Amino acid sequence: MNKLNLMITGIGGQGVIAASDIVSGAALAAGLDVKKTDSLGMAQRGGSVISHIRFAQKVWSPLVKAGEADILLSFEKLEAARWSHYLKAGGIAIVNNYTVPPPSVSLGKECYPDDTEITGILKQRTDRIYFISGTAFAKELGNVKTLNTLMLGCLSIFVPFEIDIWRDCIFGRLPPKVAKLNFSAFEWGKTEMERILNTRRSA
Amino acid sequence: MKKLLSGNEALALGAYHASIMVAAAYPGTPSTEILENLSRFDDIYAEWSTNEKVAMEVGLGASYTGARSLVSMKHVGLNVASDPFMAAATTGINGGLVVVSADDPGMHSSQNEQDNRHYARIAMVPLLEPADSQEAYELMSYAFDISEKFDTPVLFRTTTRVSHSKSVVNVIGSRKTPSRQPNFCYDQTKYVMLPSYARLRHPLMEERLAKLAIYSDTFPLNRIISGDKRLGIISSGVAYQYAREVFPEASFLKLALTHPLPKEVIKQFAGQAEKLIVIEELDPLLEESIRSMGIEVTGKELFPITGELNPDIIEQGGIKAGLIKAAPKQKSDYSTPKLPARPPLLCPGCPHSGIFFILSSLGHRSSLPGKPSRKPKMIITGDIGCYTLGANPPLVAMDTCACMGAGIGEALGMEKAGVDDKIIAVIGDSTFLHSGITGLVNAVYNKGQITVIILDNRTTAMTGHQDHHGTGITAQGQQTTAVDLAQVARGVGVSNIKTIDAFDIKALRAGVKSSIESPELAVIIVQGACAVHIPKSANSRAIEDNLCDTCGLCLLIGCPAIRNEDGRVYIDASLCIGDACGICQQVCPHKAITSTAIKDEKGNE
Ligand SMILES: Cc1ncc(C[n+]2csc(CCOP(=O)(O)OP(=O)(O)O)c2C)c(N)n1
Repeated sequence: MNKLNLMITGIGGQGVIAASDIVSGAALAAGLDVKKTDSLGMAQRGGSVISHIRFAQKVWSPLVKAGEADILLSFEKLEAARWSHYLKAGGIAIVNNYTVPPPSVSLGKECYPDDTEITGILKQRTDRIYFISGTAFAKELGNVKTLNTLMLGCLSIFVPFEIDIWRDCIFGRLPPKVAKLNFSAFEWGKTEMERILNTRRSA
Repeated sequence: MKKLLSGNEALALGAYHASIMVAAAYPGTPSTEILENLSRFDDIYAEWSTNEKVAMEVGLGASYTGARSLVSMKHVGLNVASDPFMAAATTGINGGLVVVSADDPGMHSSQNEQDNRHYARIAMVPLLEPADSQEAYELMSYAFDISEKFDTPVLFRTTTRVSHSKSVVNVIGSRKTPSRQPNFCYDQTKYVMLPSYARLRHPLMEERLAKLAIYSDTFPLNRIISGDKRLGIISSGVAYQYAREVFPEASFLKLALTHPLPKEVIKQFAGQAEKLIVIEELDPLLEESIRSMGIEVTGKELFPITGELNPDIIEQGGIKAGLIKAAPKQKSDYSTPKLPARPPLLCPGCPHSGIFFILSSLGHRSSLPGKPSRKPKMIITGDIGCYTLGANPPLVAMDTCACMGAGIGEALGMEKAGVDDKIIAVIGDSTFLHSGITGLVNAVYNKGQITVIILDNRTTAMTGHQDHHGTGITAQGQQTTAVDLAQVARGVGVSNIKTIDAFDIKALRAGVKSSIESPELAVIIVQGACAVHIPKSANSRAIEDNLCDTCGLCLLIGCPAIRNEDGRVYIDASLCIGDACGICQQVCPHKAITSTAIKDEKGNE
């Protein structure tokens, strides 16, 4: 792995920025040049969040160009659809199978797209779409907040830094109290992604 | 050592390594992390000032004693600080003084878009613009040297994309103990700007600028990167990074000291390029200056003057000019579907929710799903902070938001103009201390009858929860005297003052009603700690399906934990903060919301 345009998206509070810090740290540890930049609406929580991460031998722009993201890692379904135009043709979409209706939907003013519509939107770019039951598993683990490292575990199949690098970056970025649990979540994500790929291959 | 740092972290580290002694700031996106980072060093003094003007004055005073000091703020902060900034430009400095202005092209988190590079011209001071974290770090030590060498404050302009992006920094320096013991040298001709002394300064400022112009031509970070001579690009800041990405073959003149411009270098570069373009974010400052040198150049014809640039936009400009070919069309033309927006919301348990629910309901702003909307009553002049989100649906309970502190003055102006409506000014606690107090003094003195609601959530929430002068804790974590807001109101002459619990819906409704009917100016202080500071309690609220008739009233609070999915209204237990709030329970007309019922919680999968 020596060059990647990655986008991570989700909702304020889901840990998108910590996840993006961890991957960026891993790329630096792997000896690459890295730039990353996050956009979060005006307040702390609840809004749509997008993080651009680029690494290569030399990186100029911190922003990924539309249609040039190799991977879109999304912590929520609607957000995956919202940022799908950044994905390159044939790129990889890893999507947490989780719905958070925005206020306009709760107030009955707009409709949340159903799964067929979301898949349809992503399919304009790629067939490599993987839905992960991330939130459900993070809850089982006992802490929904581990969702972000779980999703990084899924990502790690396509971004093969050494496992020690990932571990160091997770332990370096998160509070010691929760780092261990997060690393378990990471490993679950990795195994789950492997499982999905194997079933697809044999199908 | 190589580190991954944000522009703000790099800038703070650079200033620390440049041996600063004093740092002062008022929070404001995207500048806030600069002071947050500096405050962690215990061998410098760092403070949150009441506002940017005060921060600038603190920095200036420190500089007068020979201490290197840094003042940081967001772009609009420099409007507030512009008076002492111009004064600093006039008197000059003693210890290096660097003023960081973090601009926000694209208005990610701002009320306007302005290009603060203009301030360098008005003030006739040097201007530095980093393009990434490495430059943010390196330029800091140059900034302090330039400041001292030329007896001038230095304007250091970053943008959101530089301040908030992380990139690799080779940390080469370290902090040297400041060589000078702070010492004020009495010199009225330099520091007392009576007209007779000020008159002496203006010619000196002109001279300074001329010397700086010569220096600019030798500045090592204004540099030419030779490439294909057919296209020469002059750029600065993050726009340079985008341009390198889009035009990998071109020749570049990358500028870091952009005022005064390195004219000789520019002439030399222009002489070698067949076609010359300028790529800069926001206003055409470089472009117009270069054109005024008699050099033919294109810029804003190709690249927009408004908003944030990005590589896609620059590529479009390049295609338009025929400099690059359009990329071959993607096989399937991509149609962007219309999707529901996801604006930021007040958090679950936010102490602003209750009062805005009341204002929304008394002001006829929201209506139940399916019911017709009503004509708004009352005028609610607003201000800036998390509570500005009260302007969004479903609350829609804010009618103006101009700049920090403006709401109280606007409310008085409306009253004096003679509108019939009741007028309420809503202002956050940090904003009140920043620039609301003077408005209140004025309103009381001029016999206003408005109602002023101060939202005392004990923090500067919007910018990431900095302490302020009402919390009793300094930027470096020391206990201090907290401003008592009710005493301030009393002190400026308000007699009708109520303090109300932010989570007591009945009291809020009664308090607002009686205050707007009062013939004198009334102040309501709504007290409740920011939800982010409250540990989540186990007793999250739940809706009993058999009692709920889905009237939707609880949805009008705008709490993100309360959702309606396919006609069923439920509370997401993982978001609800429980006992500390309870607003929805007070609002529900059917008593369908209870604290313990952990019924069939929808797992949402
Ligand atoms: C002149 C200026 N400085 C700084 C800011 C950034 N800013 C916007 S609101 C705000 C303070 C918000 O604090 P408070 O009034 O306590 O409201 P809260 O967010 O806590 O609800 C700040 C620092 C600004 N918009 N304008």
